[in-house]
Amino acid sequence: MRFIAWQMLTGDRPKYFGLILAIAFSTFLMSHQMSIFVGLLDRTRSQIRDVQDASVWVMDPKTQYVDEVRALSFQDLYYVRGVEGVRWAVPLLKSVARAKASDGTFRNSILLGVDDASLTGLPQKFLAGDWRALRLPKTVAVDRVGYEYFIGKPPYQTGQELELGTQVVRIGAVVDASPPFVNLPVFYARFSEALDMTGREPRQLSFILAKAQPGVSEEELCRRIQAATGLKALTSSAFGWDTIWYYIRNTGIPINFGITILIALMVGALVSGQTFSLFILENMKYFGALKAIGVTSRRIVGMILMQAVIVLAIGYSLGISLTALFFELTKDNLELRGFRLLPEVMLLTGGLVFVVVLMAAIVSVRRVVVVDPALVFRG
Amino acid sequence: MVCRGVQKAFGSGPSRLEVLRGVDLEAHYGEMTFLLGPSGSGKTTLLSIIAGLLKHDEGSVRVLGKNLSKLHNGEASLFRLQNIGFVFQQFNLIPALTAAENAAVPLLSAGWRRKDAIDQARRLLSELGMAHRADVLPNKLSGGEQQRVAFARALIQSPRLVICDEPTSALDGPTGRHVMELLRKIALNPDRAVLVVTHDFRILEFADRIAEINDGVIQKVTAAKGVS
Repeated sequence: MRFIAWQMLTGDRPKYFGLILAIAFSTFLMSHQMSIFVGLLDRTRSQIRDVQDASVWVMDPKTQYVDEVRALSFQDLYYVRGVEGVRWAVPLLKSVARAKASDGTFRNSILLGVDDASLTGLPQKFLAGDWRALRLPKTVAVDRVGYEYFIGKPPYQTGQELELGTQVVRIGAVVDASPPFVNLPVFYARFSEALDMTGREPRQLSFILAKAQPGVSEEELCRRIQAATGLKALTSSAFGWDTIWYYIRNTGIPINFGITILIALMVGALVSGQTFSLFILENMKYFGALKAIGVTSRRIVGMILMQAVIVLAIGYSLGISLTALFFELTKDNLELRGFRLLPEVMLLTGGLVFVVVLMAAIVSVRRVVVVDPALVFRG
Repeated sequence: MVCRGVQKAFGSGPSRLEVLRGVDLEAHYGEMTFLLGPSGSGKTTLLSIIAGLLKHDEGSVRVLGKNLSKLHNGEASLFRLQNIGFVFQQFNLIPALTAAENAAVPLLSAGWRRKDAIDQARRLLSELGMAHRADVLPNKLSGGEQQRVAFARALIQSPRLVICDEPTSALDGPTGRHVMELLRKIALNPDRAVLVVTHDFRILEFADRIAEINDGVIQKVTAAKGVS
């Protein structure tokens, strides 16, 4: 009977391909929208993720997310350094500065001031130049967005000058930083120089980045810092999630995207479910004839489920491949970088499409099992 | 096949419709029994009950000694597969299967290997003069050819009862006659009963016995000359 089920499914090519395309389209729609949504939320914590040396972030107790900070003092830094279990602690400045190119092009940019001595917080992948450039005075590193906005398209080179805040600086390196939530240029400078560029009061910092001594867990270190200093201390992961949840709770973007995904789900469910139901409906008299001939309902159900699984597998594979191809082709696009197809999205999309097609199959199966004899004998 | 006092109604209350009101009917081995009646007379309902696709309310139906209404769905399906051959009004050939594959469907359902089943179907189609069309899809076959494939499918398991639902309604006069001659020639034998449901008066000459049904009751049973 598997042969008959297969032939019934593939014999009518337009319907067969229509069914596969409907499921592929639904899969693409759902997985693509979910990936964009997840990628967008992931961008909110990009600057936390880029700091790979430190595992604990210390901040003002009322800080809710990475983009809104209240300055700490160097006194706080010394307190943190004195907490038992702290291997090292360094300052990080996060500020906004206006950058202006020699042709007058300007744009607000994110300026990160990393520890003068260790450069902790600097991204580790360099597209031009290297970390040593930041040792030079009035020298910064810039990310791809900043470079391409102010300087031009690759190949990336160093040595160009531009105004950053109150200073004229030289680009000493181009780094591959993760894209931030708002696709602003990101500049990196030594902490002391970043303070000069922003014209801020000296000896103020945004975050303290810390590392635990061997044998002390990150969570334990956070508890100790909070208890000893009264400051808020979070692991990189926890701070990242806090930032994501802040955006979910306080901006309309996730809700609107959620609605878009819901619509994508509904359209996908309707298209794939309806197409499969129609396919079964159009074959109803043949299933009815098989039932009259003596094929048991159980075997007919098996045939329909087999057909559902085949179109599901092919349609899903095609749709998910299209999504993967989309992100592969756009991975170097500055506006779309960072968006990617995650295994979780693949699984969730697969589960949703499976449920939709299975439900359509069950509804169709019911029609076949209780098939009207008149349909069999009168066509 | 013996029906005694078969009753069937649909709906309840004021909308209740009695479709069969005590049908008595027999079909004997070696005979072609025609069930003749206008549209709405209860032919399809009776056919569905005899095939075990529908349960009757009252009376008894015994097919080859079995009461199909007492069998579970799976048992009834197996009984139909082994003992009853069907020819449908619209043929109901699966469009994606070739003539041979369509004819082999009952054997495939019975668990035969595909090659053996299709070889058997080819032999039967050859007997029906369809050897050269065995690999053709139904939409490339004429109405008469499709009917012959439907006969092959109905007969391939050597059933002891063959039920034909309006076998000539989709065919023109000469083709219909030819098909009935063929049916009589290949389907009828001393171990098999053939029940033909029709309202086509042009083919009545092929009947051994004609039962006329109207308003859910068998009005008259007429035996052809030479049939007791």
